[in-house]
Amino acid sequence: MGLALPPLPKSHYRCFAAGVALLVPTHFMHTILAKKQLSPNVTRLDLLAPRIAEIKQPGQFVMVRACEGAERIPLTIADSDPIQGTIALVIQAVGKATRELVALEVCDAIRDVSGPLGHPTELISSGRALCIGGGVGTAVVHPIAKALHARGVHVTSVIGGRSKEWVIFEEELRKCGDVIVCTDDGSYGRKGFVTDAAKDVLEAGGIDIVYVVGPVPMMRACANLTRPFNIHTIVSLNPVMIDGTGMCGGCRVAVGGETKFACVDGPEFDGHKVDFDLLADRLQTYREFEQRANACADGKCNIRR
Amino acid sequence: MKPTISAKERMQIARQVMPEQGAHQRSGNFKEVNLGFSEQLALLEAQRCIQCKDAKCIKGCPVMVNIPRFIKFITEGDLPSAAKSLLGDNALPCISGRVCPQEVQCEGLCIRGVKGQPVAIGYLERFVADWALNCGVAETETPTPSGKKVAVIGAGPAGLTAAGELVKSGHDVTIYEALHKPGGVLVYGIPEFRLPKKIVASEVDRLTKAGVKIECNVVIGRTYTIPELRERFDAIFIANGAGLPVFMNVPGENFKGVYAANEYLTRVNLMEAYDTANATTPVLIGKRVAVVGGGNVAMDAVRTAKRLGAEKAMIVYRRTKEEMPARVEEVHHAEHEGVDFQLLVAPLEVIGDDKRWVTGLKCNRMELGEPDASGRRRPQVIPESEFVLDCDVVVVAIGTKANPLLTATCPDLKLNKWGNIEVDENGMTSIPGVFAGGDIVRGAATVILAMGDGKNSAKAINNYLKTT
Repeated sequence: MGLALPPLPKSHYRCFAAGVALLVPTHFMHTILAKKQLSPNVTRLDLLAPRIAEIKQPGQFVMVRACEGAERIPLTIADSDPIQGTIALVIQAVGKATRELVALEVCDAIRDVSGPLGHPTELISSGRALCIGGGVGTAVVHPIAKALHARGVHVTSVIGGRSKEWVIFEEELRKCGDVIVCTDDGSYGRKGFVTDAAKDVLEAGGIDIVYVVGPVPMMRACANLTRPFNIHTIVSLNPVMIDGTGMCGGCRVAVGGETKFACVDGPEFDGHKVDFDLLADRLQTYREFEQRANACADGKCNIRR
Repeated sequence: MKPTISAKERMQIARQVMPEQGAHQRSGNFKEVNLGFSEQLALLEAQRCIQCKDAKCIKGCPVMVNIPRFIKFITEGDLPSAAKSLLGDNALPCISGRVCPQEVQCEGLCIRGVKGQPVAIGYLERFVADWALNCGVAETETPTPSGKKVAVIGAGPAGLTAAGELVKSGHDVTIYEALHKPGGVLVYGIPEFRLPKKIVASEVDRLTKAGVKIECNVVIGRTYTIPELRERFDAIFIANGAGLPVFMNVPGENFKGVYAANEYLTRVNLMEAYDTANATTPVLIGKRVAVVGGGNVAMDAVRTAKRLGAEKAMIVYRRTKEEMPARVEEVHHAEHEGVDFQLLVAPLEVIGDDKRWVTGLKCNRMELGEPDASGRRRPQVIPESEFVLDCDVVVVAIGTKANPLLTATCPDLKLNKWGNIEVDENGMTSIPGVFAGGDIVRGAATVILAMGDGKNSAKAINNYLKTT
C-alpha cells in the first residue's frame, strides 16, 4: 500500500481512500465514491466499507438502509477493493428502498451497512464451473466467477438480459473466463434464454459445478436443466429479510423439505433441493404494499435535504 | 422534610392505582398505557413501605436495588437523593420500572403483600427514574481511567447494564450492536405502548454521555470474531441475545400471513410499521389475528395486532391463564383491551387458501393433566376435539433458540446442548476474560434477568481486570 501509518492499531483506521487514513465512526462512513448506471434500471454504487471490503467472501451480502426511516434490505456484494476499502453494490431499482439507494449521488453516504453476512460460496478448487447470471443476478455471479478463476478453475459464464442494454458485467466476467451472452430479442449475443445456452454447455460435457443467480423462474429452470446431468447446482436465494442475522425468521425457505433461514443458513443452497414455488410465493407477500409505495413514494427520503 | 406519619396510618394507606389510558382509547393507539405516578401518588405509595430492617424485596431483585433506601428518600421529598440511590444500583431504572415482573420479584416478597397488597415498588422505581430523566440528574463523578478496554457484544438490556457498570469503574467500553439502533429487545421487541422508544433512547444517551462508545451495524461472528476482539480488548462481555425464533413445526407454517413474533414485532417497533401512513416497512394488518403463546412476547404481539386494527386479536395458549408466563399486568391490560383468550387450545396446522394465504388455524382442545418438569400441569389433547379458528394472520410466539452466528466463529467457547454459552458462577465462559449473560446464556428469559447478568458480569469483569 505504501502508506506511512501513525502508530495506532490498524483497526482504528476506517478509511484508506485516496491514501489518507481517516478516523470515521463506522456508522457514518459509507460514503459513495463512484456511481454508474449499468442498464436502464440497474445502478452500481461503490462505497466505503473498509472492514467489509477487507474480509468479505464471494456469496456474502450486506444489510443496507439508505437513510433514517428507510427499509432494511439485503444486497449481495458484487465486488470489493480491500486497498481502497470499497465494496460494490449493484441495485435494481424496483421498490421504494432500492429507488432511494440509486437516488444517492457520489459523496452522499448510505446510513447503515452491516455485514458481511451469510455463508461464503462453496467453491471448487479445480475443474470447470458454469456460472449462470440473469439480470441483476449477474452482478452476484461475478464475485463467484472471480474467486473460481483465481483458484485456477475454468469458468464459463452464461449471462442474459432482455436486450443488449440490459446485459451487465460482461467485461468483468470476460476477465474470469469464457462468456456467452444471451438476449431475449437477439439484439446482442445469442438469441434466447440463458437456459438454452447453458444446455449446450452442459451437453458439451466437462462441467463439475453450476452456480445460478437470477430471478426465481430462471433459477428454477436452471436447476431443472442440470438435474438430469446430475451436476451439483448452487443457487443464491433472495427472500424478504429484515435483520439478516437470523432473528426474525422472515427469510425462511424450504430446502430438502426442511425450513432454513436464508440469512444464516444460506443465502446459497443446493438448487436441486430448493422449493422454488414457496420462495416465489412468499416473495409475493407484500406486493400490494409495494405497488402502493411505488405509486406515491418519490422524493420522500430526507437524506438529500 | 420529616415523615410525620404513624405506623398505624402507614398501614391504612391503600396501594395506589397506576393512572392509565382508558382501555378503549388505548387499544387504538400506540401511546404508553401506564401514565406514571404523580408526585402526590408516589408520596402516598412510598409511605406504605414499612422500611424492613431485613428487606426481603432486595433479595427478590436480580440487580439488588436497595429498595427501602430510595423509597425512604421519596417519603422525605428528597427526589435527587432517591434518584442517586436508584441509579447507583440500577443502570436502566426507567426500563426495569416498566417491564420487570415485579409480582414475582421484589413485590412478591414484600411483607405488606402477606396481608394485603405489596408496595408498588415498580411504579415507584419508574416514578423516580422518570423524574431523574426529566430533571437531567446524572452521575457527575468522572471515574479515574483504568486503562483497560472492554468490548460488550449487543446493546440490549444485559449489554447496556454491563456497559453502564463498567464505565463507572473507569474502563474504556465499546458496545458492538448488530442492528442499526441500540436497545436490542427494548427497541425491536417491546412495543411503544409498554416502553416508549424515547425512554430507551434517553437511557442509551445517559450511557454514551458517561463515556460508553456504541458501534452499530457490527455483527460479531461476521464483521469481527471473538478471537479478533480478544486481541484488542482486555475483557469481553457477550450479550447478543437469544436469536433464532422457534416455529411450531406444523403444516402450513410457511403460508403468507404466518410470522414469528420477532419478525412481527421488529417490523412494527424497530422498523416503525406502526406508523401505517408513513411506514416504509410493511406489515400485514390482519382482520383476525391469532397469536400462539402465553408469554410477554405473545401479549406484546396480540396487543400490537389490536392496535394495528384487528377486529379480533386472539391469544392461543395450550394451558390456562394461571400457567401463563406473562406479567400479570400485561395479561390484565390485554383483557381490558378486548383480546380474546383461546385457552387450552393447541394448534395443529395452519390452513390456507389456494393462493397460500392464511385462512385459519386448525387446533385441538386440551385439558390439564399431571404436573410436568416445570411444575405446571401438563396439557393433554382431548380426543376428537379438532376445530378451526378463523384468522388471516398467525403470529408464533413460543420462544427462541440460540443464534449460532457468534458461537460458530469462536470454537473455543463451550456451549450446552441447546447451543447456549456455558458460564461459571461469575459469568465467565470457557475462555478466560470472556464473559456472557442474558438470553445467549439463559435461553429465553426476561429483561431484568439479563440486566442482572450484566451487573454481575460487570462486577466479575472488574475483579478479573484487577488480576490481569
